Amino acid sequence: MASYLLRRVGTSALVLLLASIVVFVGVRALPGDAALALAGEERDPAALEQIREKYGLNDPVPVQYVRYLGNSLQGDLGFSTRTGLDVTDIILERLPVTLELALLSLAVGLLIGIPAGILAALRRGSWVDNASNAFGLLGLSIPNFWLGLVLILLVSVQWGLLPASGYVPFLEDPLGNLQRMLLPAIVLGTGLSAVLMRQMRSAMLETMSADYVRTARSKGLSERSVVLVHALRNSLVTVVTVLGLQLGALISGAVITEQIFVIPGFGKLIVDGVFTRDYPVIQGVALVTVFGYVFVNLLVDLTYSFLNPRIRVSGGAS
Amino acid sequence: MTTTVSERVPTGPASDALLSVQDLHIRFSTEDGPVHAVNGVSFDLAAGEILALVGESGCGKSVTAMSVPGLLSPNATVDGRILLQGRDLLGLSAKELRAVRGKEISFVFQEPMSSLNPAFTVGKQIREVLQRHEGLSKKAAHERAVDLLRLVRIPAPERRVDEYPHQMSGGMRQRVMIAIAVACGPKVLVADEPTTALDVTIQAGVLDILRGLRDELGTAIILITHDLGVVADLADRVVVMYAGRPVEQAEVHELFAHPQHPYTNGLLGAVPHREKGVELVAGRRLREIPGLVPSLRSDPDECVFAPRCPRSTEVCVSRRPPLEPTRPHHPAACFHPGEDE
Repeated sequence: MASYLLRRVGTSALVLLLASIVVFVGVRALPGDAALALAGEERDPAALEQIREKYGLNDPVPVQYVRYLGNSLQGDLGFSTRTGLDVTDIILERLPVTLELALLSLAVGLLIGIPAGILAALRRGSWVDNASNAFGLLGLSIPNFWLGLVLILLVSVQWGLLPASGYVPFLEDPLGNLQRMLLPAIVLGTGLSAVLMRQMRSAMLETMSADYVRTARSKGLSERSVVLVHALRNSLVTVVTVLGLQLGALISGAVITEQIFVIPGFGKLIVDGVFTRDYPVIQGVALVTVFGYVFVNLLVDLTYSFLNPRIRVSGGAS
Repeated sequence: MTTTVSERVPTGPASDALLSVQDLHIRFSTEDGPVHAVNGVSFDLAAGEILALVGESGCGKSVTAMSVPGLLSPNATVDGRILLQGRDLLGLSAKELRAVRGKEISFVFQEPMSSLNPAFTVGKQIREVLQRHEGLSKKAAHERAVDLLRLVRIPAPERRVDEYPHQMSGGMRQRVMIAIAVACGPKVLVADEPTTALDVTIQAGVLDILRGLRDELGTAIILITHDLGVVADLADRVVVMYAGRPVEQAEVHELFAHPQHPYTNGLLGAVPHREKGVELVAGRRLREIPGLVPSLRSDPDECVFAPRCPRSTEVCVSRRPPLEPTRPHHPAACFHPGEDE
């Protein structure tokens, strides 16, 4: 198990390194000139040259990259070329917002998706199954921006139940924070729950017809432990895979949803960064996002080895 | 009409049968209409007896066995009587049936590779049934599990008990299945093709264990198989099934020595070597039974084997042949019974 863990962490680090190169080169491949964006109204070639010199933009790209990597490893992601603020500080300010939104969406998705998927599989062909499938199809097809706008119109404008937009830090006003985060979490969670429901349903249908479920029944176990112990554990493997991918997407920031609800999260930060050619900000956000993806993937792999001992033992033995 | 208790079985007459299946009919409703999987199967099983249900794939032998503790899918309709020590299992509630399963009637399935849950240690899978039916503590159940693994001759059971199924060979897993099945000292053990998926060298070991359980614990066994070698090796009595119907029933020596139904004759003719009772005829070509198993869409009032039968005449398609003794204690459902040349 320990060697398995070590190997997974090692490959994760390699992925991060490669990702940082792709991000760095990719940002520089964007059309546009950072010096021009920095200079604002200034078009004097001498001034532009001075800016390039100051930010090291004249150095060869590999040199810039190594300098960037060295600084990043020390937690220094540079300064925003637009606002002059420390990128690390900006990210630390925005990250909790996006993480909170991601976690709340995850909770919504899990609470609806998993039970609905299990019920749909167990009562295959019944109205529960049909309703779940209809919900799954709707949840996948309805675009987030539309659902967001409709919820704002109904819940906030029409019924006046929740605030339409804005953000208050949780520590300042927990209730106000949750009130403002609920609608965006429902918007993001609906799509997630639809995906999870469909995965859960098909995985459950498969495991419920497995030979070991028949064995469990032949032992005289209650239907509850047949389903929740023997079938569920094996069904979760595929569900966790999908969950990992979806969670990664949530961390990268729900760009549109954050825009609609005016939530100062990652999605908004990266959009602003791209528009102003704010290289350090784009790089920083992309790097943290990649880190989030890799971390979630690592968690998913570790969960696999818990759910499926074949992975754990063979990994440990080799 | 069902009862023939062989001399080898020490228990009394059939009315004392441990398990009595009477006029069993099983129908599945499917999208393409009903399937008549089992039509009028009856047999008695005495304590300590090994009864073989024999026939080719789809003849209804597994379905018959699965119906006994109510393990069929919800789209199955079961008629008839299934008496376990006089109690009709078909009248029991789902909860009462769960108390019977694993405790009084237990199963060993064909596929040892997929019949154990890959996510749990074999120890947990044995403990589970002990905790469910015997109310043992986890610790006591663990100790029993080790004993049970020893009983089915798994080496180093103290260590093996904490292993996962994928760490074991097929033969080993099938022994674990047997350990689970006998954990609560069942009266009836149903072994559904227990050796089919195993290497020949492993088969003998598993059959030995089953025989040992019968001899030492007095467990009655319903052995489902299409392998006549296994039947000859293990069974006391045989029910031959064809297309959902019982076609012949006899004590094992009697059946091998004097097969009456043309289908049984065909089965024996298709076996490379005959053990017990019949000498191997060297240089003889194996025979096959021409034709295919009929569909089970209907339950016609004629002999279902007639289309494939070399002996069939007009009477065979005019009505259903009754299952009646053609020799002492040896009923066969055929208008033209007797041994092939």
